[in-house]
Amino acid sequence: MKANSKKSFNSNTLLLVITIVLFCVLYVGGCIAYGSKGFTHFQTFLNILITNAGLICVACGMTCVMLTGGIDISVGALIAMDCMMLAVGMEKGIGAVTMVLIVLLVGVVFGVVQGFLVGYLEIQPFIVSMAGMFFCRGMTAVICTDQVSITEKINATFYKWANTKVTIPFGGYVNNKGKYMAPYVRPGVIVAILVLIIIFIMLRYTKFGRSLYAVGGSAQSAAMMGLNVKKIKMGAYMLSSILCSVGGVCYCLNTMAGSVTQALGLEMDAISSAVIGGTLLTGGVGNVIGSFFGVLINGTISSIVKTNGKLASSWPNILTAALLFIFIVIQSIFAAVRARRK
Amino acid sequence: MEENVVLTARGISMTFPGVKALDNVDFTLRKGEIHALMGENGAGKSTLIKCLTGINDFEAGEIRVEGVDGPVKNRSTKDAQNIGISTVYQEVNLCPNLSVAENLFIGREPLTKLHTIDRKSYNKRSMKIMEDLGISVDVTQNLENYSLAIQQMVAIARAVDMDCKVLILDEPTSSLDDEEVEKLFSLMRKLKEKGVGIIFVTHFLEQVYAVCDRITVLRNGAFVGEFPIAELPRVKLVAAMMGKDLDDLAEIQKEQKDYSKEPMEIEAKGLSHAGTIKPFDLNIHKGEVVGIGGLLGSGRSELARCIYGADKAQTGTLAVAGQQVKINQPIDAMNKGMGMLPDDRKAEGIIADLSVRENIILALQAKRGMFKQLSRAQQEEIADRYIDLVKIKTASKDTLIKQLSGGNQQKVILARWLATDPDFLILDEPTRGIDVGTKSEIQKLIVKLAGEGKSVLFISSEIEEMLRTCNRMVIMRDGQKVGEIDHDLSQEGVMKAIAGGES
Repeated sequence: MKANSKKSFNSNTLLLVITIVLFCVLYVGGCIAYGSKGFTHFQTFLNILITNAGLICVACGMTCVMLTGGIDISVGALIAMDCMMLAVGMEKGIGAVTMVLIVLLVGVVFGVVQGFLVGYLEIQPFIVSMAGMFFCRGMTAVICTDQVSITEKINATFYKWANTKVTIPFGGYVNNKGKYMAPYVRPGVIVAILVLIIIFIMLRYTKFGRSLYAVGGSAQSAAMMGLNVKKIKMGAYMLSSILCSVGGVCYCLNTMAGSVTQALGLEMDAISSAVIGGTLLTGGVGNVIGSFFGVLINGTISSIVKTNGKLASSWPNILTAALLFIFIVIQSIFAAVRARRK
Repeated sequence: MEENVVLTARGISMTFPGVKALDNVDFTLRKGEIHALMGENGAGKSTLIKCLTGINDFEAGEIRVEGVDGPVKNRSTKDAQNIGISTVYQEVNLCPNLSVAENLFIGREPLTKLHTIDRKSYNKRSMKIMEDLGISVDVTQNLENYSLAIQQMVAIARAVDMDCKVLILDEPTSSLDDEEVEKLFSLMRKLKEKGVGIIFVTHFLEQVYAVCDRITVLRNGAFVGEFPIAELPRVKLVAAMMGKDLDDLAEIQKEQKDYSKEPMEIEAKGLSHAGTIKPFDLNIHKGEVVGIGGLLGSGRSELARCIYGADKAQTGTLAVAGQQVKINQPIDAMNKGMGMLPDDRKAEGIIADLSVRENIILALQAKRGMFKQLSRAQQEEIADRYIDLVKIKTASKDTLIKQLSGGNQQKVILARWLATDPDFLILDEPTRGIDVGTKSEIQKLIVKLAGEGKSVLFISSEIEEMLRTCNRMVIMRDGQKVGEIDHDLSQEGVMKAIAGGES
């Protein structure tokens, strides 16, 4: 009874590889088609990161929740509320650091409530986070119904953070005026990359991370093996809300405004990124690297459409839909193959 | 505590709403023995096990475990694991999406100095554990890449590595094939040598005699006895489980009519459904009542479900009234003139919030299709006719069925199928849980239906009942049809056939 299953064939790794390859194909395709419009510059790639820094944080949290087999659709509204709080708070003269801490604290409290409802009261995560979504969107309007911009006058510190360029020592280009343009990212990107690395390590090398997989694989089994499923589920939703608040700050640094309609549908972007990155909605399979590339793929599509300039702005949605469809089909094919090999 | 005893349970009692699930049950497990816990479904085996593992909260009695002072009361499976009681269930309770090693160590992973998981160390330890048990697997592979048997063994390995003194195996073999079962047995024997006390729950009689040292029998929640394996031959075991004493069985004689000349109604060849019933042949003539005998869980219902298409047959052919048919789902069977009264009438039979009338016409309406609705007058006429025919005691035909007694509910379901005018009727435990008077009415009705030329497949746990009504009996054991008895139907003969084996 020698174990002869091939180590190389692991469908989950394969999915991740497909995602990465797809990103490369898209990106190279973009470079070839729109090279003349500056798509080949390293900065184009960095701009995708800058625009999506918040989404990367949110997608990391979403992946953790989805690993347990749950879902958190409150994240978009929570981001809107975060941004509005930041904008209005600073307008009222509260310091940038204080406001950021308040926003993070709100994320923790919000996560505790959602996590408690899902984990301990065993209410459907969809319903819980839908309620959370309505609450946040509503609260955003309660705080302020107008669009509030954060200008240098309102808060110089926050303005400085937003406009800090972290230059990268390589990959620059010389523009048509003969000036060397050094590539740069914004602080939000640094935060997002840190979050990504921390969550990657957490999922792979900590007890909590592995228990998320266990709960998603089979909650009943996890309980039988002595894991505290309720606590783990609660932890996942707390993590999601906290990361969402971190993402909210990154998002706000990018938009520099608070508005009721901000980040509409961002939760769906996060979910689609995770799914394209190989996370199963049923739980137990996936990782943040995949979700990261999922975000990049969505970002690249938007970027290509924007660079083209002639395509309607609804095309990214349609392309994302097509990709989602393809990935779901691939996933179910893999699942079928696996079932047959048994 | 006695020498060599690892676990005792004394006077365990437990009630579920309305049912006494366990009544003063004793159980003793010794070091290094494999102890079978036997009983029919509903005898209380699982309830007892859940009491031992902390899932159920028993009301009276005490459990003692070697090395623990005083009575033990587990609050959760984790408590039970901590004092050395581990359980492996029929469905593998591991996470398929994690590696074998992770499944062995999750919840108790070795940590590095940085408080991260020490993957190298637990992979190495897992390899050693699996080697020690003689199971060769790549521990870094996901569990889902391995067969159920291996998964089962990983679950056992996890239990053993957690220093369990008592290993409970709850129907571990039901989804394994013969070769896998043998592997499991050799693992069990290995553990036995190490001094682990094993409680083995199974409904496969052969397996009990292959590995066990001792048997405890439960019946209807009560303790029947504890026997060394040598003192309890199969027939006696079956008698103990069913609660019949062979010696006082009165022979019941029955007139026999030769049905073999009658036209064939049902002709099944090699039908099977993976995991529930092995290929079987079965012929039923017109007007014949065929009984299916066997212990609960031996595949009686599964055989019927396979014919009826409730579990789609994966192999074999079926002919109805001489015509080859393909039955994919119950509606196909209904259209070929079959009807089936399922054994779980709460879950599969009655629709509690509908009236008696609506419950009666349900199958007929389904057979006619959604768009050919029966008129109200037709419905009432049919309801009246069958309420009268099967003597349903109900205030009116528009009474909700949930207000009727169990026996009357059963009659309504019987009426439902009679209303479709079937040529072939499958009755799965039609008399379970109903009073004696109603039972005999139903039995009479079966004989009467057969007299009218309908064929009946009759499943019951009560052998007398089948002896009274059946012309022929099919014997089931361990998911397999093992024989037929068509003459000299006697209780002793049937029980011997059910027990099988040499004794």
